[in-house]
Amino acid sequence: MLVRDNQMQFQQEFAATQNSVLLDVKDVTLQYASRTSLVTATWRVSFNVQYGDRFILLGPSGCGKSSLLKAIGGFIRPVEGSITLQGKPITKPGPDRMMVFQEFDQLFPWRTVIENVMFPMTVRPWSRRDCRERAREALEKVGLSSFADAYPHMLSGGMKQRTAIARAMAMEPDVLLMDEPFAALDALTRRRLQDELLRLWDDLRFTMLFVTHGIDEATRIGSRILLLSPHPGQVRAEFSCRSDWDATQRLGLEQRITTMLVEGTEKPQIGVAS
Amino acid sequence: MSSTFENAIRQDFVVDVVAKPNKDFVVKPLAIWERVLDSDCFRRAMILIVLAAVWQAYALFADNNLVFPKLTDVLVALWRSTLSGVLPARTWNSLQTLLTGYALGIGLGVVITTAAITTRLGSDLLATLTAMFNPLPAIALLPLALLWFGLGSGSVLFVLAHSVLWPFALNTHAGYQAVSETLRLAGRNCGLPPLQYVIRVLMPAALPSIIAGLKISWAFGWRTLIAAELVFGASSSGGGVGWFIFEKRNDLKIPDVFAGLLVIVLIGLFMEGVFFRLLERNTVRKWGMVRSV
Repeated sequence: MLVRDNQMQFQQEFAATQNSVLLDVKDVTLQYASRTSLVTATWRVSFNVQYGDRFILLGPSGCGKSSLLKAIGGFIRPVEGSITLQGKPITKPGPDRMMVFQEFDQLFPWRTVIENVMFPMTVRPWSRRDCRERAREALEKVGLSSFADAYPHMLSGGMKQRTAIARAMAMEPDVLLMDEPFAALDALTRRRLQDELLRLWDDLRFTMLFVTHGIDEATRIGSRILLLSPHPGQVRAEFSCRSDWDATQRLGLEQRITTMLVEGTEKPQIGVAS
Repeated sequence: MSSTFENAIRQDFVVDVVAKPNKDFVVKPLAIWERVLDSDCFRRAMILIVLAAVWQAYALFADNNLVFPKLTDVLVALWRSTLSGVLPARTWNSLQTLLTGYALGIGLGVVITTAAITTRLGSDLLATLTAMFNPLPAIALLPLALLWFGLGSGSVLFVLAHSVLWPFALNTHAGYQAVSETLRLAGRNCGLPPLQYVIRVLMPAALPSIIAGLKISWAFGWRTLIAAELVFGASSSGGGVGWFIFEKRNDLKIPDVFAGLLVIVLIGLFMEGVFFRLLERNTVRKWGMVRSV
């Protein structure tokens, strides 16, 4: 595991020197129109995600991290700045950025588990048999093969989230967008799904963007953590995080982030976007 | 002194052997009467039987066949009219007109609500039109329809479509609006074009409301049709159940009048108990969107 992690780290560093930016977010300002006013969710946020990153957007509630993810998903349009994926600006939602939501009702209730996984594939030029095969593989990866023909209402919360992850991953998106996918789960299931997600990443090396407000979740899952300040969201710091870290190192980073978030005493030092 | 309680020593322990309860106790099959009581068919049949008994009892007590005939007399009249072929023919006429008008209204409703959920103009149009026309009684439009479409089935179809369209559109639109934000986002995430998005995501997601709309507008359609037939009789393709009731009332054959009403009731029960029930069982109930009880 350790050797592999080092290898991985090397690959990432190599990729970094090649400047392989997958997703570029530049000076993005997001605003919501409420009934009486315009509310700014994020203000001039910039960051970029490289191939194979497990990129975490971390911040307290109201820092606009979910809004950022929705903007990258193409659901809301920035009032300022630009978002480009592989050099192409994002204008509308698309299956190249599959999203996993926090809510359990993201699965279509009228489709079985495998049909749910197959649903987005209709926009791909794949044959039906091919789709089924891919869906089956994806379900196997999340350990849900035996529930392929069940309807979503028969599944537990954890299984629903696994299905949603399988559905997103089976599409082989350029980037996987995850909006607090484990937040509504109990602690034990959450922990198990976090480990599963890391194992999947180990297998497939996809790029993901993961929104969370859990500091421990961020250090457990992430390879790069972007810290946002609350209301309006601005970049506070960016940290690297390695999965071969021991508990003390991880705890050190967690404490540092906690201090920045709770007390706001420490000034940002690393990787601050100007 | 309370510290003695707080610090009371409790031994750690581990249970090695767990005695399992009897298998029959863990999963206990229901008794037969429990299963029978659980069946919707049985419970609803019981209600029907009780209602029929109350009818018969009251009719026997009132003893006035001209005002309130006995259920048995009505059944005999129903049997005779059925054998003579008059009532089935009339019912068939009514059903044909009803189904055509219903399909027309629902088709229009689908088009209008699809426009309403995909464009802002469509949504304004639907809101205004339903507010204007939903309260308008279909029967009040009948004289106008007769003027426009003549005495044929065209005018009845117009009136029928009118009475079916608005309640259906109202329900369907409400259903579309109630589709959860997550489901919408998940659907749009797949990059479906607008029409596909409506057909493959919004329609199934709103199906409970759409089915409610179908039921309500079915009832509205029946009422309008029977009323129209009562008002202007047999002009369209030989008359329907409403005309049958009208005729029999003129002849003071009250059991036959009730037989005509009974046919409408029976068709209503069939639609609710068989058609809509099967539709729901194979869709919204199977998908866990609607629960029984």
